[in-house]
Amino acid sequence: MYNNIPLTELRINEKGKIKKITVDNSIKRRLLDLGLIENTEIEVLQKSPFGDPVAYSIRGAVIALRSEIASNILIERLMG
Amino acid sequence: MDLVKRTTNDIVIALAGNPNVGKSTVFNNLTGLNQHTGNWPGKTVTVTQGSYTYEETKYILVDLPGTYSLMSNSIDEEVARDFICFGNPFVTIVVVDATCLERNLNLVLQTLEITSSVVVCVNLMDEAKRKGIDINLEKLSSELGVPVVGTSANKGIGMKELMKKVQEINLNNDIKSITIKYEDIIEDEIKKVSSELKNIINDKTITNWLTLKLIEGNKSFLESFFKYYNVDLLKQDRLLDIIKRSRNNLLLNGIDQNNLCDKLVSRLIQLSETISNKVVFLKNEDYNYKDRNIDKILTSKLFGIPVMIVLLSLIFYITIIGANYPSSLIANGLFFIEDYLTEFFLWINAPSWVHGILVLGVYRTLAWVVSVMLPPMAIFFPLFTILEDSGYLPRIAFNLDKLFKKSCACGKQALTMCMGFGCNAVGVIGCRIIDSPRERLIAIITNNFVPCNGRFPTLIAVITMFFAGFVATPFRSLVSTLLLTSIIVLGVIMTLFISKVLSKTILKGLPSNFILELPPYRKPQIAKVIIRSIFDRTLFVLSRAVLIAIPAGLLIWVMANINIGNISILTRCANFLDPFATLIGLDGYILMAFILGFPANEIVIPIIIMSYTASSSMVDIGNLAELKTLFVSNGWTWLTAICVMLFSLIHWPCGTTCLTIKKETQSWKWTAISFLVPTIIGIVICFTITTIVRFLGLI
Repeated sequence: MYNNIPLTELRINEKGKIKKITVDNSIKRRLLDLGLIENTEIEVLQKSPFGDPVAYSIRGAVIALRSEIASNILIERLMG
Repeated sequence: MDLVKRTTNDIVIALAGNPNVGKSTVFNNLTGLNQHTGNWPGKTVTVTQGSYTYEETKYILVDLPGTYSLMSNSIDEEVARDFICFGNPFVTIVVVDATCLERNLNLVLQTLEITSSVVVCVNLMDEAKRKGIDINLEKLSSELGVPVVGTSANKGIGMKELMKKVQEINLNNDIKSITIKYEDIIEDEIKKVSSELKNIINDKTITNWLTLKLIEGNKSFLESFFKYYNVDLLKQDRLLDIIKRSRNNLLLNGIDQNNLCDKLVSRLIQLSETISNKVVFLKNEDYNYKDRNIDKILTSKLFGIPVMIVLLSLIFYITIIGANYPSSLIANGLFFIEDYLTEFFLWINAPSWVHGILVLGVYRTLAWVVSVMLPPMAIFFPLFTILEDSGYLPRIAFNLDKLFKKSCACGKQALTMCMGFGCNAVGVIGCRIIDSPRERLIAIITNNFVPCNGRFPTLIAVITMFFAGFVATPFRSLVSTLLLTSIIVLGVIMTLFISKVLSKTILKGLPSNFILELPPYRKPQIAKVIIRSIFDRTLFVLSRAVLIAIPAGLLIWVMANINIGNISILTRCANFLDPFATLIGLDGYILMAFILGFPANEIVIPIIIMSYTASSSMVDIGNLAELKTLFVSNGWTWLTAICVMLFSLIHWPCGTTCLTIKKETQSWKWTAISFLVPTIIGIVICFTITTIVRFLGLI
């Protein structure tokens, strides 16, 4: 799908909707447990001091992810 | 299960919940001080258990590890799942966070799939109220079909109600909890397999969930399952055949093993969302804005790292300043008592060796342990616990993760490192939060590079004696703080460096993942923190040190006073160690103190003092200045001081930590490596510095 972009493309305070997660299974399962399933809204909150990892808001919780994982989470950018 | 069930009437309850939801506060509140740590057989993971009595029934509460799920493959989740599933708890209390209900419901639903004997404890209600989050508990209860209680465990609110609901389940076994329906195709296969299962295992407890797990084929679960039901899996050809056929059927419909798991979890998450939307009302959509603003400073590019160092220094500063005065006060008090004890022994005409062993050996070592160790501990532990309770530690992991990634390790190692400040054994246990076994081992091996609470006082004492003394009084504590902070930073750098080396050599691998929740900030309950950390940690650690100081003091005195050919055993041992010790900037007595300090690092300085004073006629040593005179007269220089500090930072882990490493890694090999790595590095560093300093003629 042409409008799906990696989560890493989002800038701070931008929001997106999760479309596809292409990490290996053990990591994927962790993400699922935290509620990252298809169509979940995700917002970029803040970068850490060295730029990576980045904190995201997911279902009311703040979750930090490394860029390796975030770049494998495909999202649809939400305008607003 | 090593449960302390006194009578068969005791009722076992499991306590489950996500991390950071105040589960332990609920546990502490229910059980008070009736706690003890037990083992779960087959597993080496320890679970804490406690008990309480409600209306004449005794309940045994088992505190399960905090987990987000019961499905993934971490040790903690396995322990929690196996206990809920096979430990036969009468009721499982699931503690959830009222400020983040939706995410927490996932675990509730997973638990409800296993058993319907559940009470949901919605904790942190006060916090939710402050944030303008309103939760309709009755509605939640009717949605889930199980009792729901709102609590604010830190204030003790709702605890009686929780006990009551648990008792009601006990009385009334007819609970109709929510049934989770999956897609038809999955449900069909569940039916097929479960009817066969019921033929083999004559047990009503065969739920859809159990069946699903069999189809899903989670290996660790299968093992637990067949062990529990005492069924030899290899003999169940028919069942295995049916399971295989089910899997094939699913596959034909485009659902493979991984896909199946995704579908199951997604279903639960969707359901959590639906339920949450029905019961949670937000008065203010942006209820987390305060936390975000705090994070904008504490984890910002500009301030993140400096704030971290300043906070750490501040804790040290308060510890150093605060410990000074009570330390000499306690020392004076205890040596005042010693004089009376001596007089008493003279009065009863006790032989001088009795007085020697008991007063000069045991009592004096004890006095040193208490006066040198207690004040810094009693100040550092509560301060650190406050930091821990506020939710700041995960931010440290967030800030430092990039550095750990560069070392091919996991950022959560920063968290376990922080736990190591309190106690390395606790830090090693904490490494369970790291998923990748490789990164977990790295974290375990390097945990000893952060000085635990037992080593702080050693560092503080040496710094104060040898380096801060030259500075005018008002700045003395400041200089001490700076030096101590630099030593800690050195420890962190060593951690990163050694992690990297391990990743390139014996623990080869790439950095795996880092997924960490940054929980909401919480106002720590300062009064409670102080009481708990003094009772739970300070007294515990101190009593351990005291227990070891007694035989050590005895041993030292005996060694110092029994002569073999005019030279005491102590001196002989020290002389034997001396050539090597001198190479690394120490002396024989110091090295021996480190060796004797293996059971507990706390006694290193007291043993050094004892060794120096045991053979000589003891002068009354009330403060650090006099102590310095004693050390200098025994040949200490600034180089000795530096090497003692470095060796204290970098040497073998204490006995307790070694045992914990063995328990956690299940391997003597990794225990030996954890012992050798810091030891060798410490020796190399001290040797190099000593050689350079001596070569340059600086000393």
